[in-house]
Amino acid sequence: MIEDFKGFLAVYVENWSDWGPQIYEAVWVTIQLTIASFSLALVLGLLLALGKLSRIGFLRGFCTAYIEVARGIPALAILFLLYFGLVPLGIVFDAFTAGAIGLGMSAAGYIAEVFRAGIQAIHKGQREAALAVGMTPLMTFRYIILPQAIRIILPPMLNMAIILLKDTSICSLISTDELMLRAKDLAMMSFLPMHLFLLAGAIYFCLSWPLSLITRRVETMMQRGRRQTFGG
Amino acid sequence: MMEVGLAGPLLQVEDIHKSFGELEVLKGVDMTLDRGHKTAIVGPSGCGKSTMLRCINYMERPTSGHIHLDGELFGETRSGDRYTPMNEKELARQRAHVGMVFQGFYLWPHLNARDNVAIGPMKVRGLGKAEANELAEAMLEKVHMSHKIDEFPERLSGGQQQRVAIARALAQQPKLMLFDEPTSALDPELIGEVLNVILELAEEGRSMVLVTHEIRFAREVADHVIFLHDGVIVEEGPPKQVIDKPQHERLRAFLRQIVEH
Amino acid sequence: MEVFFTKLTALGGPLLLGAATTVAITLASLAVAIVIGLSLALIRLLGFRPINWLISIYVEMFRNTPVLAQVFIIYFSLPYLGMKINPFPAAVIGLGLNGGAMLTEVFRAGLNAIHYGQREAALAVGMTPWMSLRYIILPQTWRITLPPLGNYSIALLKDTAVVSAIAAPEIMFWARNLVTSTFETTFVYILAALLYFCLSFPLARMVDGFERRQRAWQ
Repeated sequence: MIEDFKGFLAVYVENWSDWGPQIYEAVWVTIQLTIASFSLALVLGLLLALGKLSRIGFLRGFCTAYIEVARGIPALAILFLLYFGLVPLGIVFDAFTAGAIGLGMSAAGYIAEVFRAGIQAIHKGQREAALAVGMTPLMTFRYIILPQAIRIILPPMLNMAIILLKDTSICSLISTDELMLRAKDLAMMSFLPMHLFLLAGAIYFCLSWPLSLITRRVETMMQRGRRQTFGG
Repeated sequence: MMEVGLAGPLLQVEDIHKSFGELEVLKGVDMTLDRGHKTAIVGPSGCGKSTMLRCINYMERPTSGHIHLDGELFGETRSGDRYTPMNEKELARQRAHVGMVFQGFYLWPHLNARDNVAIGPMKVRGLGKAEANELAEAMLEKVHMSHKIDEFPERLSGGQQQRVAIARALAQQPKLMLFDEPTSALDPELIGEVLNVILELAEEGRSMVLVTHEIRFAREVADHVIFLHDGVIVEEGPPKQVIDKPQHERLRAFLRQIVEH
Repeated sequence: MEVFFTKLTALGGPLLLGAATTVAITLASLAVAIVIGLSLALIRLLGFRPINWLISIYVEMFRNTPVLAQVFIIYFSLPYLGMKINPFPAAVIGLGLNGGAMLTEVFRAGLNAIHYGQREAALAVGMTPWMSLRYIILPQTWRITLPPLGNYSIALLKDTAVVSAIAAPEIMFWARNLVTSTFETTFVYILAALLYFCLSFPLARMVDGFERRQRAWQ
């Protein structure tokens, strides 16, 4: 049993000079993909949230529809549509761009709902109370609305970042050269699928777990803050 | 007269100790309760009075000491000098004879008033649905809650919830009722309705042990008062003696403080 | 217009077949996930330290790695250990284990949300711990966890798309096959996306309903 395990680990040592640099490169692509798609999701999500809360009927309708559709379709379907499905129409993305845009568009639906919940959770009376004590609208936003909104928004936002990090793996299915694809390619070449998929899993874990710990920390911190705010 | 064969007291509490980790909350308390009698336990917060009550039906397992209910050892079995703790199933069978009313009511929010009262008899004693409902209706009438029989707990005031909780305990047809500060969580204007119900039950001749902050009420309802301080019984006796002519300085201080508030 | 309908009938058939598999995978994985999640959440309540650590390790491992990696490990690595496994069961095991980790947390939160006094009151009327779980705790847990459970089901439905990568014959798998045989790339992928939406939209409305009802309860 122990010998088996030693033998199992020895395979990594043996192949590391070959796998190491390739994996390292691919991890970097995964990180870039996460950051790019998350940034896009944040911007798009905020715009969609504002659109859904706006008084212009058409805009509200469009944003509501977008959010519903984005939340109802797998990111993979969106990726396929972007990467393969638009080619006949003459729109060609490279795999990284298609991946970043597809994941970002998909996540924007959730992020929009998070923003909306954050904005709506703050009672109108608070704004009025702030204006009543003589704050300008800008000060009201800065000192009253924003701190509370962040408390509501931050934890689900961090969760979304973790989900995106993990979801970048499906970009391997449209041949974005990130960690999962590289692991799969190396697995096929070396006939060592177990070794490579476990390695990939371990790397995702190492990237994601610290984020999870931070998120949990922030969650408890925010809850404490909230209890103080509402004096309970 | 039906209890001719059961000459002994209903409840015997024998040298109960209870520790939570390092902290010894009860340092050896004894009490005896005869059938139809009512004992009130009073004392400052943290004196161990709730723990003492919770030890009676083994909601807390005493660290040492024994409880007898109706002549039967409670929560343990004995062979010779060896006492073995009961398993949860046997314990449940014994607890079914002791009704308990909590400070926080603890009605079950997914059940309406009738079902809150009926589910115990149905599941524990195996009563049929119709029979259990009939029982529940009778018990809710006793606590003057017939008009809210179909309401869920969240639609009831604190006082109403507590009355349903009393009905739930009554539906066990218990030999003994335990009240753990039944009015402490209530707004002042709602306390009266709950105390009235308890008083009516007392007048029916039910046996009860009551932990309370309401000294005046204790004086009215109980025939025996125990003053607990730091996990020991400092003074006990008829209310007229304990409350009106306190001997111990600690008890005097406690009563003064209560009156001031 | 006629061309459109010819295309739709030619391509819609296989995609609908895929949709049936997608629903089957979703339901089977959901069942596995609920059984694992509820069991582990309950076992956790017993408070055996070493067992709780093992549960935490399982939960953290599966929550912090991509479901695609999990499915690949099961599908490509089990044969390596001498076990042959078909795409469908591999998909259900992978998604089910992943969901089990998610739902362990969901059920734990649900159980934690119930005041300990609820259980005490049940014991006080003479219920056994098992009865208090069965009649008092679980019905309430169910009510509390229904909205997150619904949300998880939607996420799961969408996650099933990744098992096309191990050739489980669901919507995306059929879509890819159709594209290679018909070259109707745009049409097929739009149709596939639409199909997912038709499956998830009613679920989303249901979750909204649960959430509204929950707010009414509070």
